[in-house]
Amino acid sequence: MTFTLSHVIGDPVAAYITSQEVRLSEEQLQRIVRAHHLDQPLYVQYFYYLSDLARGDWGISRTDSDRPVVVSIQQYFPATAELAMISMVFALALGIPIGIISAVRKDKPVDHATRVFSLVGVSMPVFWLALLLQYAFYYQMKVHNLPSLPSSGRVDQFVWLDHPLKIITGLYTVDGLITGNFAVFFDALVHLILPAFALSYIFMAVFVRMMRSSMLEVMRQDYITLARSKGLSERVVIYRHALRNAMIPTVTVAGLAFGGLLAGAVLTETVFSFPGIGRWSTSAIVRDDIASIMGFMLIIAVVYMLANLIVDLLYGWIDPRIRLG
Amino acid sequence: MISVQELSQSQETAAAKSRTWWEGKAPQIRELRFTLDLLRQSPLVVVGFALIGLFIAVAIFAPWIAPHGGEERFWQLPQQPPSWEFPFGTDTTGGDIYSRVIWAARLDLAIALTVVISAILIGSVLGSVSGFLGRAFDEILMRITDVFLAFPALILAMAVAAALGRNLTNLTIALMVVWWPTYARLIRGQVLTEKEKLYVDAARAVGASPTRIIFRHVLPNSIFPIIVQATLDLGGVILTAAGLSFIGFGAGAGVAEWGMMIADGRSYLFQSPWIATFPGLAILLSSLGLNLVGDGLRDVLDPRLRR
Repeated sequence: MTFTLSHVIGDPVAAYITSQEVRLSEEQLQRIVRAHHLDQPLYVQYFYYLSDLARGDWGISRTDSDRPVVVSIQQYFPATAELAMISMVFALALGIPIGIISAVRKDKPVDHATRVFSLVGVSMPVFWLALLLQYAFYYQMKVHNLPSLPSSGRVDQFVWLDHPLKIITGLYTVDGLITGNFAVFFDALVHLILPAFALSYIFMAVFVRMMRSSMLEVMRQDYITLARSKGLSERVVIYRHALRNAMIPTVTVAGLAFGGLLAGAVLTETVFSFPGIGRWSTSAIVRDDIASIMGFMLIIAVVYMLANLIVDLLYGWIDPRIRLG
Repeated sequence: MISVQELSQSQETAAAKSRTWWEGKAPQIRELRFTLDLLRQSPLVVVGFALIGLFIAVAIFAPWIAPHGGEERFWQLPQQPPSWEFPFGTDTTGGDIYSRVIWAARLDLAIALTVVISAILIGSVLGSVSGFLGRAFDEILMRITDVFLAFPALILAMAVAAALGRNLTNLTIALMVVWWPTYARLIRGQVLTEKEKLYVDAARAVGASPTRIIFRHVLPNSIFPIIVQATLDLGGVILTAAGLSFIGFGAGAGVAEWGMMIADGRSYLFQSPWIATFPGLAILLSSLGLNLVGDGLRDVLDPRLRR
C-alpha cells in the first residue's frame, strides 16, 4: 500500500522537477533571453512555470509555425494514443498465450523457440524492424502487384477527402465507428497495422518472458498441487487457478512498458511518418524547440503516471486480496 | 555438476599459489567454476558469448579487418549492390558498407562501454553511501532516482541530449545521466542486504573504516547482480544510442555509426535496401549476444531457479 501511495504521489512531482530541469539547461546552455523572469531565483521561476502550466500556457511551439504547444499536443496526442493502445493489445494478446505455452512446456523445443523469439525481440532496433516491414509489406507487395499495406501516414488523403470525418475523440478508428464512417475506420486501421506491429514486437517479447517466469513460479505453489490432487484437469488448473495469480507481475510490467511504448513510438512514428507526438517531438528536437520538448516530456510523465495508477486499480480487480478496504 | 576431484584441485592450486590475490578465495573460485559449468550447458549462452567475442574482436582489430577506411569514399560508385569487391554494397556517397559496419562496431561498443562503466562507478559510489548511511541522504537520493526512473530511457536521454546540443559526446553524456540511477538503486539494495551480514560486523569489530568495508567487503560480494545488469544494459545502451542517432542526435553525416548509417539508408530504402539492412543486422546481433549471455547469467545466478 505504501508503495502504491508513493508511486501515485511520487510521479507528478517527478514530472514537474524534471521539466524544470530541462528549463534549467535551457537557461544555462541555450541562453535564450526571454522576458520570463530569468533574473529571478530558480524557485521563483519554477513557481511562474507552474502557474503558466496551470493556466494552460505551455509556451509556443516553433515547430508548428508558432502555435501554442497545448494545441499541438491536442492534435498529435490522440494519434500516438491510438498507436500505443493498438500495440499494447497486439503485445498482450500474443505475448500472454505464448508465455503460458512456454511455461507449460518448460525445457521443450517450444520453450527454447519462444526464448529465442523473445530475446531477439528485446535486441531488435525498432526503427530497423519498421524499415524492414515497410520494405516487405509495402514495397515488395507493390512490386509484385499484391495488396500492400500503407507505409506512411494515418489515413489516406483521398479517403479523407471523400469521407470527411467528424472528430470526436481524435482516435480515427473510434470516431469512424461512432459516426458510421467505415471508409475512414478501415483505412485508419490498415494504416495502423505496420507501425503497431513494429512497436509491439519488443513488448510482446517482454510479456512472454514475464508471463513464463511468473507462471513457473505459480505452478510450484501448494494450491496448484491441491487443485491437481482434487482431480481437476490440467486445463482447468492452468486457466482457473494459475493464470489469475500469474497475471499480477505481467500487469505491472505492462504498466511500466506503456512508457517504453511511448518511447518506441518516437522512433516508429518517425519511420512511418505517422503524425503523432513522437514525430512532432523529433522535429522539435531538430529545431531546438525547447517549449515543445518540455510539453512533450510533461505529457509523457502524465501518461506514465496514469498508466501506473490504472495498474494499481487493476490489481484489485485481478486479485481481490489486495482490494482497497 | 562439479566433481569432487575438481574441487580438491581448485583448493590445491589455491594453496600452491599462496600469497597471490586469490589466496583464500577458494570458495569464490569454486563458485565461478560452477557457474561457468552451468553456463556451458546452455547452447544459447554459448552462442551469445560467440557473438560478443566476434564483435569485440571486430572492434579491436578493425584496422586490420576492414578493407577500407570508415570515412573513405568511392565517389564514382554510389549505391552499388553487394558484390565481391563490396560485400555489403556501397552507400549513397560510395562508402563501403562492410568497412563502415566494422569501424562503427568500434565506436558503438566504445560508447556502450563508456556509458555502462561510468554508470556503474557513479551508481556504486552513490548507492553504497546511500545504503550505508541511510537516513536523509538515502531518502533524498532515492527521490532523485525516482525522478529519473519516471521517464523511459530514450525520452529522458532525448531531452538531456537536446539541451546539451546534438553531437556524439553529448549523446554519451546524456546516456550516462540516464543510466546511473539504475545502478545506484541496485547497489543500494545490495548494500542494504549485505550490511546486515555477520562479516560486516566482523570487519567493523576489527576497526575497518566504512569506506574500506564498502569497497573491500560489501561491493565484491554484490558483484554478480551488477555483472548481470551490466551485460543486459550494454545491449540496451547500444539500442538506445543507435535509436537516438537515427533520429538525428549524435554523429554528423559521414561518421561510421550504426544508427546514422540506417538513417542514411532510410531515404533509399526501396532502391538500395542493403544500406540500412547491414548496420541494423549488426545492432541486432551485438545486442542479441549481450542479451543471451545476460539472460543466461541471470538464470544461473538466481538461486531460486538454480535448484
